[in-house]
Amino acid sequence: MSLFIVNILDGLVTGLLLFMLCSGLTLIFSMMGVLNFAHASFYMLGAYFAYQISTYTGFWVGLIVAPIIVGVFGALIERYGLRRVHKYGHVPELIFTFGLALLIEEVVQFFWGRSQMPYRAPEALDFAAFSIAGNAFPAYKVFMIFVAIGLFLALLYILTKTRIGMTIQAALSYPETVQNLGHNVPLVFMGVFGVGTAMAGLAGVIAGPVMGTFPGMAVFLGSIVFVTIVIGGLGSLWGALIASLLIGWIQTFAATYNVRMEDILTGLGFDKPEPIWDSAWQDLWTLTLPQIGPILPYLLMVIVLVVRPQGLFGKRES
Amino acid sequence: MKSFKKLVLSAVVAGIAATAAHAESVKIAYIDPLSGPFAATGVNGLHQFEFAADYLVNDKGGVLDGTTFEVIGFDNKTSPKESLIQLQVAIDQGARYIVQGNGSGPAHALTDAIEKHNKRNPDARVLFLNYSAVDPALTNEACNFWHFRFDANADMKMDAMTDVIAADESIKKVYVIGQDYSFGKAVSAAAASMLGAKRPDIEIVGNELHPIGKVKDFTPYARKIVSSGADAVITGNWGSDMLGLGKSAIENGFDGPIFTYYGAGSGMTAAFGESGKNSIRLVAESQINPPASDEATALYNAFKAKYPDGNIDQGRIFNVINMLAMAAEKAGTATDVVAVASALEGMEADGVFGGKLMMRAQDHQIIQDIHIQVHTNEGITFTYDNSDYGVLQESTVTMASKDAPTTCEMKRP
Repeated sequence: MSLFIVNILDGLVTGLLLFMLCSGLTLIFSMMGVLNFAHASFYMLGAYFAYQISTYTGFWVGLIVAPIIVGVFGALIERYGLRRVHKYGHVPELIFTFGLALLIEEVVQFFWGRSQMPYRAPEALDFAAFSIAGNAFPAYKVFMIFVAIGLFLALLYILTKTRIGMTIQAALSYPETVQNLGHNVPLVFMGVFGVGTAMAGLAGVIAGPVMGTFPGMAVFLGSIVFVTIVIGGLGSLWGALIASLLIGWIQTFAATYNVRMEDILTGLGFDKPEPIWDSAWQDLWTLTLPQIGPILPYLLMVIVLVVRPQGLFGKRES
Repeated sequence: MKSFKKLVLSAVVAGIAATAAHAESVKIAYIDPLSGPFAATGVNGLHQFEFAADYLVNDKGGVLDGTTFEVIGFDNKTSPKESLIQLQVAIDQGARYIVQGNGSGPAHALTDAIEKHNKRNPDARVLFLNYSAVDPALTNEACNFWHFRFDANADMKMDAMTDVIAADESIKKVYVIGQDYSFGKAVSAAAASMLGAKRPDIEIVGNELHPIGKVKDFTPYARKIVSSGADAVITGNWGSDMLGLGKSAIENGFDGPIFTYYGAGSGMTAAFGESGKNSIRLVAESQINPPASDEATALYNAFKAKYPDGNIDQGRIFNVINMLAMAAEKAGTATDVVAVASALEGMEADGVFGGKLMMRAQDHQIIQDIHIQVHTNEGITFTYDNSDYGVLQESTVTMASKDAPTTCEMKRP
């Protein structure tokens, strides 16, 4: 039972981290209709910038400054890159962001090399906040939970309660009308792209010390981010949150419990073929839950798409 | 006009003489990843080889009255197929010695190809000096006369590791975890059988494989390790899987030793930093801390002066160069590789980083001291990754697995 509670907490951390990544992507998608393939690369840039800043000034300055740099960089990419290819349609936009992801990875390798970076959590948070039956829960993870929840509440407030948020929401559906009312819609787009990438950068800043800072970290998370926003429903902040938490818990529990296919199959009344290593069914019988853990989110995506093609919280009818 | 002709002629003669002098050098082809995800390890290895050739041979006037060693890098992108293409290029460029180490897949491909090549081209035979690929099969069922291994194989390292674990009475429960592919499985099987033989009272409380390069967060695995009540962990993980597993285990409350094959150097030492102190154990040959001798200290200092960002994390590379030079001297030739190989068989030498070395004749597997080293910042002379941390020699198994059986049936030319 205590392990169950620990897993709930661990899954919450993983899920919230995923949410920080996905919220920016889903915002950008709903505004511009562009799936930003380079989104996870901004996450990687956040971690690397924060590492570099932290070597001079410590962790906390990096926490504030690195996402800002990433956001400004993202806004410039939108202004001078994406906006120019926009008039040629969606495919050039996709190809542009795809190329951008490859470029960022090469640039990171050029400057920082290919090894793991010694980016660490601040010493002030380097202790166990509490422990459940011998399982320590690091204070840094508590900090991660608060940052992610704070970010979610701030976003929700801005989007639903403020004038800026209303302009953004209106610009989503009726860009021409909003433009005619005197709002600078391209500037709004640039701002949203910048904020979206800055959130990815922030996720990188706080995930870097836990999940490792290395050139493969963007590719590592790239596909799972898309799976999450598809499950949650494109453009929905709540959807991104729920889907992220679901995936966080699925992966945590899948890796924890050694459920074996053999037990399930014998439970269902099948006979185990003997000897198993000669059988054509060997792979099926020897499968365990931790082994298939990493593909479960994709399975969930397929199921969601079959049952509800617009995603759990998606509004779009197709 | 005449003087001009003379000038051209003398220039041509000088050119030919220069080429002839150049041809005197022994070409050693280094076939390992110089691009792609493993390039950092590959490039660092190349630097160690180049430095070893200069420091141990060329700066001392070469072997056989002035023959120098020349190390040439070939990029195999960690692919067996690409390794074979590079092997052909290397042989065409006149290389007679092939060195490779990153990955047993490329090593298997190379040893097969070299055996065939040597059979078909008796005039241009080459030797394969494997400095790091640890699949035991290479010196057992897949052995051949042209292959020499200068690293301890995976079973020998596990043998040394389990010797140390068996001697530690406080260890009662061990958790074995690895990547889900051939090497992870081999480590897990070896750990189970050797611990069972040496300390039947030790309980293996976990023996699992995780998907390689797919686990984003190792926290659930760390929870399992902690709740199993394990006193020690054994893992063959490398790269980000090693770092993720180690960090998670330590951060989430595991305080026993974590025995690793690849837990230090190549960015890993800096990334673990304080958290890995007294926790990460590395099983390896070559003693870096404390330095084995004044010569080893001088060598390491010279290396750091040339490559400030590099690590000597593969001391065996220096043994390869040293023993190749000794074998050439003993055989009286560097071009007749059969004579050099025969000289290498059974050769005994002093390790550049301490201890004795013996190249076992029946399977061409080197026998040497294996150390268990601990990640720490105390008593460290040479750190890794320019961090404050390095690995300190903790215990040593002398001439490890000296009498380990081999299934090698070698055909000699």
